[in-house]
Amino acid sequence: MNHQANYPEGDAFYSELRTRYRSAAIWQFVFLSALLIAIISLTALIYNVVDGAFGFIAYEYKKAPTEFTATPVAELTKDELLVILKDNLSKGAYNKLDKEQPMGERSQSDLLSLFLERLVRIDTKGTWSMTDSLMRGAEIRAEVAKKYPDAILEFRSWVTPQFLVTPMSSRAEFAGVRTAILGSLWLVGIAIAFALPIGTGAAVYLQEYAPKNWLTNIIQTNINNLAGVPSIVYGMLGLAVFVRFMEPFTSGSMFGVTDSNGRTVLSAGLTMGILALPLIIINAQEAIKAVPDSLRQAAFGVGATRWQTVWHHVLPNALPGIMTGSILALSRALGETAPLIVVGASTFISLDPDSPFSKFTALPIQIYQWTTRAQSEFHAIAAGAILILLALLLTLNATAILLRNRFQRRW
Amino acid sequence: MKEEILNLKAMETQNFRQFDLKKKFRVGESVIQTLLFLAGILSIIITLAIVYELGKEALLFFNDPDVTLLKFIGGTKWQPGIGQYGIWALVSATLVTSFIAILISVPLGLAAAVYLSEYATLRARSTLKPILEILAGIPTVVYGYFALLFVTPILKGIFGDNIQVYNMLSAGLVMGIMILPLISSMSEDALSAVPRSLREAAYAMGATKVETSLQIVLSAALSGIGAAVIVGVSRAVGETMIVAVAAGSGPNFSFNPLEAAETMTGHIARISGGDLSYNSIDYTSLFAIALMLFLVTLVLNLISQWVVNRFREQYE
Repeated sequence: MNHQANYPEGDAFYSELRTRYRSAAIWQFVFLSALLIAIISLTALIYNVVDGAFGFIAYEYKKAPTEFTATPVAELTKDELLVILKDNLSKGAYNKLDKEQPMGERSQSDLLSLFLERLVRIDTKGTWSMTDSLMRGAEIRAEVAKKYPDAILEFRSWVTPQFLVTPMSSRAEFAGVRTAILGSLWLVGIAIAFALPIGTGAAVYLQEYAPKNWLTNIIQTNINNLAGVPSIVYGMLGLAVFVRFMEPFTSGSMFGVTDSNGRTVLSAGLTMGILALPLIIINAQEAIKAVPDSLRQAAFGVGATRWQTVWHHVLPNALPGIMTGSILALSRALGETAPLIVVGASTFISLDPDSPFSKFTALPIQIYQWTTRAQSEFHAIAAGAILILLALLLTLNATAILLRNRFQRRW
Repeated sequence: MKEEILNLKAMETQNFRQFDLKKKFRVGESVIQTLLFLAGILSIIITLAIVYELGKEALLFFNDPDVTLLKFIGGTKWQPGIGQYGIWALVSATLVTSFIAILISVPLGLAAAVYLSEYATLRARSTLKPILEILAGIPTVVYGYFALLFVTPILKGIFGDNIQVYNMLSAGLVMGIMILPLISSMSEDALSAVPRSLREAAYAMGATKVETSLQIVLSAALSGIGAAVIVGVSRAVGETMIVAVAAGSGPNFSFNPLEAAETMTGHIARISGGDLSYNSIDYTSLFAIALMLFLVTLVLNLISQWVVNRFREQYE
């Protein structure tokens, strides 16, 4: 019996124990630091976006405002602006603007930006991030004063109420995300209308009706696999099926719409719906699974048919779960960019989408396009658009969580 | 006595309705059931449609007299305009970015999972877990912005002129951060499925917490972790926006992460974003690439499911 000879005893034992404890402490720190890295990354990302969305901008006027009026720019009233615009804009341009929204009904700030965009014409010399603007303010001031003596330097927030309601523009200083937000809402709306009923139906079929056989097995495996297909592949499917094959339907030429091809908000919305479908099904299945069997048996016991059981007992109880899951799936779709690029989001469009057969752009598409531009002022509005997208997503997710907490029942 | 029974039977038929317990055929029920079945089967139709559409266009691509399979899988230059169809020019970038992403996300994700499942108190969990969930919920285009405008400048500071403005390293690193929550949440599920008794047995033998976590729990959960890694690879291969923004736009057969190169997904996004005429070789070639992507991710996902089912340790 010489087993114990292999194990340390006495001091050796304690010294080995100390080593083991030390390595335990080191490992624990390693585990924790992985989470710290995740936290740091998230902080850096949010800081990076916020940093880009505010900061100094230096610009020159191509024409001095004094050429149009004696009043300083900051003190111009609405009426003065109306007169200036009417006098100096070409008749065609004025009428076009008036058609988009009657000039008299526009706000002072709207008119002011029109004045600056169309008549004075701003020429941006540079933009700076928030950190730079705050930390090196004096330096930047000196630099700008030296390089561009005529330039005006001001601290600007790129996310403003104005930014939300202005349509696209080719000038970053005057661009807004109105078209993009409306486009995103149309997309999500169409995706919900398509995917929610079908997804719930499929989940009900799989949980309540499907016999246990090979077909059900294949459907289930297939749904899990579809959830893992890269989104750009869905984009290719949308391009081939909705944009090209179903063009008469998705372009609206079947319904008498003439001036469009298949690259419409309808095609993109349906593509998004298909993309969200597997997630919606999986989430709805979980919700239906959570409804206890005793409910079904009670319903069957009093003679309800299967559909009566599902419709009156299972679905109402599973509804909060289904809604939560669907909202989460759609917030996924809201941030999707790649399939939209493939299906053919417009690169530049300033008209609001007003029917399923409109051309469209969406928030993530704008972010992508602005990020890939070389000029720093476009990066600034990209950051602004990201803040709005993140705020939208946060609202959606908060709604989902609230729904879950408010209506979730424990059995 | 016999009469009494007969009487009773007569009473029964008088007072009680006869029930037919056989299932009745109801039109409404069958219509609804059919509709639900169609909704269920739609997912299969979608898969078939993907295979059919991608396959059809890819076939057109391979039927082009210019294209040979040998050129496709043997070549290292991709320029459909002048008859060069070497897929390696795009695959190399996909491999490099995915490899970097996995190199980052697997160790970090696994460590985070071990901490969350073995160490974290309930309170720590409830604050740490949402952070990972937020990371998982951020749209990939935002990660692209982060890669190009935050990580790239930092890398530029480290590598100086050796690194290009668009480079695979930055895209890969950020992609790793993007996949981290996926790996950690899947691994954590696998770790928490390991029964308590195994841990307690290890403690009883005098093992420290780390020894228990790494040698007992981790190896018991290995199949689930393997599945998580495979799903992570499939996510990395299919990821588009980060590479489209930060990795560069132009096929480049190179395994140097400091260089710009275009992945398969990035190429599809760039080409299809421009003006594309149907039936052109550009158009069909995209479908050939997409088909490859679809098959690769499908196989990876199937393997991951198979790993989970095949190697799962069954505990009671």
